[in-house]
Amino acid sequence: MKTTRIMIVAVGGQGNILAARVLGEAAAASGIPFRMSEFHGMAQRGGVVESMVLLGEGKGYCIADGEADVLLGFEPSETIRAAKKCSSSSVIITSTSQLPPFTVAMGQDRYPDVQQALKSMAGHVSNLITLDATSLALQAGSAQAANMVMLGALAGSMILPIELKTFRNMIRTKTKPQFTEVNLIAFDLGTFAVNFSSTQ
Amino acid sequence: MHILLRDNPGEQMLLLGNEAIARGALEAGVAFAAAYPGTPSSEIALQFFQISRETDLYFEYSANEKVSLEMAAGAAMCGLKAMATMKHVGVNVAADALMTLAYTGIKGALVVVAADDPFMFSSQNEQDTRWYGKLSGLPILEPSTVDEAREMTVKAFELSEMLELPVILRTTTRINHASGMVTLGPLGKRTIQGHFEKKPMDYVCIPAVSRRLHPRLLYKINRSAALSDQSSLNRIEGSGKWGIVCNGVSYGYVSDALNELDMTDRFRVLRVGFSHPFPENRVRQFLDGCDTVLVAEEGEPYMEEAVRNCAQRCGMMLPIHGKGDALFSKLYEFDPLMVKTVIASCFDIHFSPPVPIPVDTLPQVPARPPNLCPGCPHRATYVAIREVFGDEAIYPTDIGCYTLGLLPPLHMGDFLIAMGAGIGSAGGFSRATGRKVVAFIGDSTFFHSGLSPLASAVYNNHDFMVVVLDNGTTGMTGHQPHPGVDLTHLNMDRTPVSIESAVKGLGVKKVITVNPFKYRKTVEAVRELSRFHGVSVLIAKAGCPLYEKTLPGYRKKHAFQVNAAKCRSHKDCVGKIACPAFFVSEGMVKIDTDRCTGCTVCVQICPENAILPVSRKEVRQ
Repeated sequence: MKTTRIMIVAVGGQGNILAARVLGEAAAASGIPFRMSEFHGMAQRGGVVESMVLLGEGKGYCIADGEADVLLGFEPSETIRAAKKCSSSSVIITSTSQLPPFTVAMGQDRYPDVQQALKSMAGHVSNLITLDATSLALQAGSAQAANMVMLGALAGSMILPIELKTFRNMIRTKTKPQFTEVNLIAFDLGTFAVNFSSTQ
Repeated sequence: MHILLRDNPGEQMLLLGNEAIARGALEAGVAFAAAYPGTPSSEIALQFFQISRETDLYFEYSANEKVSLEMAAGAAMCGLKAMATMKHVGVNVAADALMTLAYTGIKGALVVVAADDPFMFSSQNEQDTRWYGKLSGLPILEPSTVDEAREMTVKAFELSEMLELPVILRTTTRINHASGMVTLGPLGKRTIQGHFEKKPMDYVCIPAVSRRLHPRLLYKINRSAALSDQSSLNRIEGSGKWGIVCNGVSYGYVSDALNELDMTDRFRVLRVGFSHPFPENRVRQFLDGCDTVLVAEEGEPYMEEAVRNCAQRCGMMLPIHGKGDALFSKLYEFDPLMVKTVIASCFDIHFSPPVPIPVDTLPQVPARPPNLCPGCPHRATYVAIREVFGDEAIYPTDIGCYTLGLLPPLHMGDFLIAMGAGIGSAGGFSRATGRKVVAFIGDSTFFHSGLSPLASAVYNNHDFMVVVLDNGTTGMTGHQPHPGVDLTHLNMDRTPVSIESAVKGLGVKKVITVNPFKYRKTVEAVRELSRFHGVSVLIAKAGCPLYEKTLPGYRKKHAFQVNAAKCRSHKDCVGKIACPAFFVSEGMVKIDTDRCTGCTVCVQICPENAILPVSRKEVRQ
């Protein structure tokens, strides 16, 4: 298959590395070659965490500006920060639940007008899908499961040739047993959300 | 059982590059491993640490990279298969031992992992470790993929055993922190009992011995050059007239670029995986059918110079490009698009790059700089030091989480270059200016490189204060133990070394140990030390809150909140401490009680005593 490049951005603690691993395992189980790289510069201390997942033949582990087929943003301001990874053919799937950086929380900096920015980005890409991952994760039983909501949204968007049941199997085998049930509900809520959300 | 211990050859497993290296070492039969942690190498050591708890593999976190290399060298001299893992700058620390270890050589096998960090994701420089190959004479292998990281680790051990030389496995962050499917090989048999044969005239590097050993090293270098020439790790793909020489991750970018440009038939590619000694004959064979050559390598023009040398020796006049304007940079990481663009421009190929969507109309997104955590004892210490010295003192600092004290409003950090250099440089600042100097160092860094500069400062009658920020772990790299850390809770028998005893033993006359969360006492201790002339040491001792959460018997302390009726908005808490648990809402400071660890530093400096514990009733609600 043609290489599909998925850029995942999040804030430390949102669990995007686990989501990327489950995605990778699901690709492997579907016979799709894949590779990925991750950057978590001091994530535990509030930094940005990036994962780059590349599906299909190829050897590089990195996604350049304008090359992402999908930008999966776990936090809307991080989605905006990573916008340059997208081109006119990209699909953006982003959570709208905000995690303001510390400087914003302290009133020293301003959080961007997310609505406006996403609207503007939507006009330049092939599709932009929004969902409130944190609320859906809370519905599933834990705010921590927002990563599985986002993974569900990616899976439900049907951009990737990977069946939903393959993702579910991987969630069962690769995430901690005590969270499996919540993770599966969160994943399903993500798949529903992307199919019924208003695409901008 | 640890997943890397599965003895199921042929099984495919999703592994991180660093896990693949550890697996490769296990397949090669590694019996003895030692490390000082450092990004991006740390996860290799983590695997060994875990595996050593369930097998007879010996692993230790050593005080620094030099000790870890020497430890592994000792074991390798006795015929064991040994490994030392470190980040690129760690090789500088280990280099003194490494250079002469190349003379003695080793029995058994010894592989040194040197993890470079182009772009400095988590490092103070982006030096290119490949030069250490030339400096030491030692062979270097460089993987291009995660699966190859496993395979080359096995080969590195074989090569080391064959040549009786340490072998350097050189990686970059984009390999260490990449993941991919790895096909497992069979696990190797570990030999844990070594045997040492005394041969002082071969192993004791007095001048007379070294004069005999250096020619022996040159002979081994010649042997390894022949191996490099024949190695399948240095392979030529394609037969076009345009040549590209590449290594490591740049091979992946080149390979993908040629496929995407649909130009594979026009090019021949030399992938160099065995990069020192450089495969001169293989390169000659490669150059022989080329019109033009481009060298694609991150970092320094190591291969470019080697290819030019080779061409000159063969009397070839073809153009060889690499670093330069409109070509590759010595700076930072490469990315696939940059490599494709340089190939297209160098060989005049038409190519339309993907166009990123316009971002100049998007709002500025505030940065998310990493910050000291809520409840971090370093913050408490810094606030107390600032209370006494403000901006008057010069603050040489060191490498660890506490480097983040640089950020406002703490502004604690005026000079940072290397492990231990905070104390090392302090005497220079103090003699040259006559100003008060306060040098910071963490507990792990203290054991790594703080002892000798401290002894030197005492002996030479310097006048400065050292603050040892002792949070009981190596915080930055993921809570590895150091010589001061007790591991009884893991059923591991260690003999922790007391920092206070070490400092006193080095002759420091004025030492005070404080709990930095006792704010007034800490400020008093700093004032007392500031009146002392000579080298004084403050040991600020309180646990890393992230590490403490992992210890048995951990109980979350009461969180605090701002009492709105009492708060007069002095904002001392925000202005002096800036704990990430604070937030401002409608002009008033509030505390995120989920993030508050109950350290009480803000409670102690609030002039209105307006920060109070969350009551039990409120907790229940």
